Amino acid sequence: MKIYADNAATTKMSKTAIQAMLPYMEEIFGNPSSLYSIGQTAAEAVFKARESIAECLGCMPAEIYFTSGGSESDNQAIRSAAEFGAKKNKKHIISTAFEHHAVLHTLKKLQKEGFEVTLLDVNENGIVNPEQVEQAIRPDTCLVTVMYANNEIGTIQPIAKIGEICRAKKVTFHTDAVQAVGHIPVNVKNDNVDMLSISAHKFHGPKGVGVLYVRKGIYLSNLIEGGSQERGKRGGTENVPGIVAAAAALKEAVSDLPESSQKLVPLRDKLIDGLLAIPHSVLNGDKEQRLPGNVNICFEGIEGESLLLLLDAKGISASSGSACTSGSLDPSHVLLAIGRPHEIAHGSLRLSLSDENTEEEIDYIIQEVKNVVNYLRNMSPVWRDLQEGKKNYVIQ
Amino acid sequence: MLYSEVVMDHFMNPRNVGTIADADGVGEVGNAKCGDIMRIYLKIKNDVIEDVKFETFGCGSAIASSSMATEMIKGKPLSQALTLTNKAVAEALDGLPAHKLHCSVLAEEAIKNAIKNYYDKNGIEYNEEQFKESAHEHGHCDI
Ligand SMILES: Cc1ncc(COP(=O)(O)O)c(C=O)c1O
Repeated sequence: MKIYADNAATTKMSKTAIQAMLPYMEEIFGNPSSLYSIGQTAAEAVFKARESIAECLGCMPAEIYFTSGGSESDNQAIRSAAEFGAKKNKKHIISTAFEHHAVLHTLKKLQKEGFEVTLLDVNENGIVNPEQVEQAIRPDTCLVTVMYANNEIGTIQPIAKIGEICRAKKVTFHTDAVQAVGHIPVNVKNDNVDMLSISAHKFHGPKGVGVLYVRKGIYLSNLIEGGSQERGKRGGTENVPGIVAAAAALKEAVSDLPESSQKLVPLRDKLIDGLLAIPHSVLNGDKEQRLPGNVNICFEGIEGESLLLLLDAKGISASSGSACTSGSLDPSHVLLAIGRPHEIAHGSLRLSLSDENTEEEIDYIIQEVKNVVNYLRNMSPVWRDLQEGKKNYVIQ
Repeated sequence: MLYSEVVMDHFMNPRNVGTIADADGVGEVGNAKCGDIMRIYLKIKNDVIEDVKFETFGCGSAIASSSMATEMIKGKPLSQALTLTNKAVAEALDGLPAHKLHCSVLAEEAIKNAIKNYYDKNGIEYNEEQFKESAHEHGHCDI
């Protein structure tokens, strides 16, 4: 069996999205800035895609900017708000400890440039409390950036409430909604957001296409200087096929949403319950306020990379927050942020489902994870010490 | 692929996994916080490693390094086992990715620790120099 369960990393492109982009690589390959008809037909397609995406997000087409992905959208949003803040001597930014690195590393750089950054604690359930945001806002705060849903543990943040607080306090509010859009209902007006980042490859669109929503009246500066594309805010010939496919994928994801989450939530919960039946395992992140497809569990006494390799040999593609899989020295900053000790964070497994996954696959995953965890525990000196009472279990 | 075929073979079918109840020497290195621990058990007779087993908590390359290193010292005199280097382990595995080289270091050190433990238990004299940890390559995790 071949099971793809890493949809938080990226998704398979939908047939609709592929079909939508093909004409823009074949006959309508023109540059949207060109005057002749294949150029103008391409420009028309970008125009329509912008309209369609705006409708999905609940905003105006003029508030949509196309970028190269979620990372660029995050960078541009944060840099713009910082630049605007600095002009008024407001150099304080609020974010959370478990943001994506596209946000955290941008903030780190801004710190070096003289900004002060407050990273809010995300609590044991992986959810920021809106009151924490309210209390952290100062007269010199120029930006609050809080992700809509976490990419590792899938927890959904109280974005509308945080947005309301920021609006009342007149602080710009950005949210990295890369994991949320297309997976849960998102409406920029209802959610009171000023800027929002999305990435097409997370909802069955192509890689390398992102969107930044910027509310009318909010300051935006360039990361990429160049031609007058994107109203002069993002130079570079538009990725026409990618943009058209992103719009098609989003439309499809949003219209399938009620149905797909109705299918996914029971599968997710079955998988969570099945895996938690393994002794000394724990769910990471709130069980209720979580993305319909996200499962993230720590197993005591084992290390995540070997778990992934063995699952791969069984045909299961998944992900882990262990240091070995991140290529860095520390395990996932997200798991550390919700209070998991290092040795527990190394033994994490993330399975992120799409509505292509079946109940039969869930049964298979549960069985294989059980086998592999047992196998690895049997060769683990940590597990032996726990079993022999030489060490105490961290996860009961 | 991240790993060579030899690494994958030793990871998927590790040799010498387990424990030795009446081991003559046991060595352990690593730290669970850093994501890898290796424990080596030795059965020694007439200065020869008659049997060796390992237990490892760690990534694919840690398990493969333990497996390969134990194969390389099994049936060998202690004097020869003591000359096993992390480089030889990595080479026998047909190479490890740069950020995984510390796994072969752990294997070398776990074996040395086990031999030292055997010497200590039996009051056998040895040269301390032989058991110096190669701290420079070991410091991948500073917890
Ligand atoms: C929450 C979050 N933000 C940003 C990104 C970056 O998106 P992209 O890969 O499109 O740059 C990702 C995806 O890895 C993500 O999950």
